[in-house]
Order: sequence, then structure tokens, then C-alpha cells
Amino acid sequence: MPSENLAITWRRIPERYRLAGSYCENCKTSYFPNRKLCPKCRRKGRLASKQFSGRGRIYSFTEVSAGPAGFELETPYLLAIVELEEGPRLTAQIVGATEKDAKIGDEVEMVFRRIMEDSPEGLIHYGYKFRLAKRCAPK
Amino acid sequence: MRRVAIAGVGMTKFGEEWTRGFRDMLIEAGTRALADCNLHGEEIDAIYVGTMAPGSLVGQEHVGALVADSMGLTPVPATRVEAACASGGVALRTGYMAVASGMHDCVVVGGVEKMTDTPGNEVASALGGAGDQEWELFMGATFPAIYALMARRHMHEYGTTEEQLASVAVKNHSNASKNKHAHFQNEITIETVMGSKYIASPLKLFDCSPITDGAAAAVLMPLEKAKKYTEQPIEIVASAQASDAIALHSRESMSALKSTQVAARKAYEMAKLSPKDIDVVEVHDCFTIAEVMAIEDLGFFKKGEGAKASYEGRTALNSEISVNTSGGLKGCGHPVGATGVKQAVEIVWQLRGKADGRQVKDCEIGMTHNVGGSGATAVVHIMRKA
Repeated sequence: MPSENLAITWRRIPERYRLAGSYCENCKTSYFPNRKLCPKCRRKGRLASKQFSGRGRIYSFTEVSAGPAGFELETPYLLAIVELEEGPRLTAQIVGATEKDAKIGDEVEMVFRRIMEDSPEGLIHYGYKFRLAKRCAPK
Repeated sequence: MRRVAIAGVGMTKFGEEWTRGFRDMLIEAGTRALADCNLHGEEIDAIYVGTMAPGSLVGQEHVGALVADSMGLTPVPATRVEAACASGGVALRTGYMAVASGMHDCVVVGGVEKMTDTPGNEVASALGGAGDQEWELFMGATFPAIYALMARRHMHEYGTTEEQLASVAVKNHSNASKNKHAHFQNEITIETVMGSKYIASPLKLFDCSPITDGAAAAVLMPLEKAKKYTEQPIEIVASAQASDAIALHSRESMSALKSTQVAARKAYEMAKLSPKDIDVVEVHDCFTIAEVMAIEDLGFFKKGEGAKASYEGRTALNSEISVNTSGGLKGCGHPVGATGVKQAVEIVWQLRGKADGRQVKDCEIGMTHNVGGSGATAVVHIMRKA
């Protein structure tokens, strides 16, 4: 079983729990995950914290039929590259949908979910997943 | 810089080699490479060995010293080189630089991976380390999934189809069936690929390269010295490498590998050659979509036309450009760290006219293209008859 050190999980809470990333005040570029150094400006960069809205669109997606260790119970699942409305892209699962429901360009929004568990006595890791916006629009 | 040539090459059979371990395979490939250029061993003054994950797969680190010891070559300096699936190609480049610079006169470059001693899901986790552990793998990405995300974009942007992707696997199995070192020596059809189960849609089992054991080795020398050891030295006329974001989602494009494009451009400049000059190429086809992107990014076909070209047979043996005559990663197998060196072994055999039933006619110039992870490293070499 995979496991992740408690310290790593703890350090990543702002990003994984609420999509906190960074923004370079010098070149006006948003980054997710958080960057400690702006790759465009390097030493001239001025990075500040930035809260992302959690809204975006599917840039690409796949249905994973052979999941890695730790993801057995949820396989098959939909995995996507999501382009956040602020610009950066990230990798995340799409919940509550199958391959037939999704297409490139679909609007999605962030939800807070369990990502995986370490061995039965271990940590439960939480973080962001996404769901199709059209599925949760009021009727 | 000095001109550098490959004097000798050797490799093990690739496959599920239950009877042989990590060091057995290294010794076999290394011994064959030395014998190929009549070396006894005293001449060797450095070793570079490419291997990706021996620590995770067989619990062995400090592989440089292990190789020197196993080969009876201590106290020669021996260094492990790691760049995920490009470990072998980067080891070759490191050896090239050592000889070109004048630091060393006779270098052995090896590549090895022992994968079948480890359960499949642990192999998958170890290979996952080639991507971004915290932001891709943690979220449920696997390597087939990451390449599937690229395939979906390629299909979206250029109209590439699953049948066209399947034709890459069919061609590579056909080439592998003519290679006695290959993991899979059986031919398959489009239906075989299309009928196999999805691993990560749109990629199916037969779009994926296998888990393989194997090792490969090459002996590098200054060109003039190599002529004393072999009648057929093969000169390395270009060596180029480039990097990109470790995570796929941070790249500008997901239907092309910028690292391949940059490394290829530098290699063509260094060799003063262009894509039309290349007669035979070994590209990194860890998945069928990877070969499609490679033949576009290396300049053999226009962006977006690689899959169609493959389907039309324009990459088959002795067609427009002979791609992956060894069978590639799909057919010959993919012992990760060995792959980049095996590509060089195949090109040397082709340029020497010793490629048995898969010989490319009139071939003078060959290329290797080795990728690490999902494209965060790419390394390209161009070789020609000296």
C-alpha cells in the first residue's frame, strides 16, 4: 500500500483542502500548486498567496480502468486535467460522472473529498476533486 | 571537443527473465559489448550505468560500484545515471561527454532494469516516481492515464483515431517478430489491439509497452582510437537533451513534447542534418501515442499527421522512414533504464548492416530518441557510419 508521510500531508493542506496557490506580482501569472519561485521571473519574481475559485473546464480526461494501489475501491474512475478559470491546470478526479457524461470543455467545480487511505490504521488523505457543473445546476 | 564513436555493443534478450537477476543481466550485456570490440577490460577508464528504480524494484542502490565489482573492473570510476525512462539515453550522453571532453578514453555505458522480481502494482508505483508524486500520482494518475490524457488531446486537436494508434503497435510487433532479442516475437493485428481491454481510455492494453527485464551496453572511444578496435565504428555526430515541467498539467501543450522538439532541433544543428537525412530511428514508444508524437516532434511528419502516417504504413520497415526496427518499447520490451542504450545498440547494428531479417536498406544515418516520464526529459542522438 502507498503511504504518505504525515508532514507532507500537513504541509499541503492549504493547497489540497481549499485550492490555495500563488500569484507572481511581477509577471501577473497565477500558479497552482503553490510555487516558491516564479519560473518566468526567477529572482525578480514576487510571489503572493492566491485563492482559486474552484471553477474551471475539462482540458482532457481519461477513465482509469487499472488503478494504482490504494485506489482499488473506486476503480474505474474519471481522471482529468482541469483548466482553472484563473489559468493554471491541475490533475484531479471527476466524481459522479462516467466517461459518457464528460467531454473536453465541460464546466466543472471543486468538491472536497477523500483521496486515499494509507494502510487500515493509517491516515486518511483528503483533497480536491471536481464535479460537472451541469449536473448540479438547479432545475 | 573530440569526435566520439561507439566501438562495441551488446544486449541481453529482453523479456520476463526469471532465471537471471539484476547483476547477471548487466554482466551479460557488458561482456558482449566488450567482446564486440575485442576489449579485455584494462583499457576501460570509466563506467556510466543508466537505471531508473533499482532501489524500489530490487532494493539495490549504489549501482555504479555494483557494476564495476560485478564486471571485475574495480577501481574504475563507476557512476549511476538516473532520468526515469530516459536513464539509458542520458547515461549514453554522459559517456559521450566524458570522451568528447578528453576526460576519458574508453567508457562503458550500460543500461539495466530488473522489473519482474516485483509485483505489478509495486512496479507501477515505482514507475510513477517519473511523474509528479504529490500532484499527479497522489490524485490517482498512473502512467497509462497520463499518456491517455495526451492521446485524448491529440484526438481532439487533430482527429487522431484509436485505429490509427493501434497501427503503431501492429507495426512494432511486426518488427519485433524479426528480432531475436525482443520480448514479444509475435505479430498482432489492428483487431488484437482494438479488442484488448481499456487500461486508461482511449489507451488499451496493446497500446502499452510491457514490463520487461533486460540490459544493454555500449563502448565509447575517441573516433581514431575506435578504428583500432573495430572495422565498423559508428560515430555519434549529435547528442542533445532537454527538460520540461515534471507534471503534464504544467506544460504548454499536451499533444506534443516540447523537450523532444528542443532536443531534436539542437541535435540536427549539431550534426548539420535535417529529418530527411535520417534513414532509421528508434523512438520512445512507451505508449502508441508516444510514437505518434515523437515522429511529429522529431520532424518526420507535420504536427497532427503522425497517426495517419503510421496507419498508412509510412513508418514501416523500409518505407519512408523506418521507425523502431527493434520493435520499439512495445515489441522489444521496456526494461526502463536499459531502453535508451538498447536503442543505440539497434542503430549500431542497422548502420553496420547486421540487423538480420529487419535490415534497413542503404542506411547511413540513424537516430535515437529516449523520453523520461511523460516528457520532462528527452534525449536525442544522431549516429552515422564512420
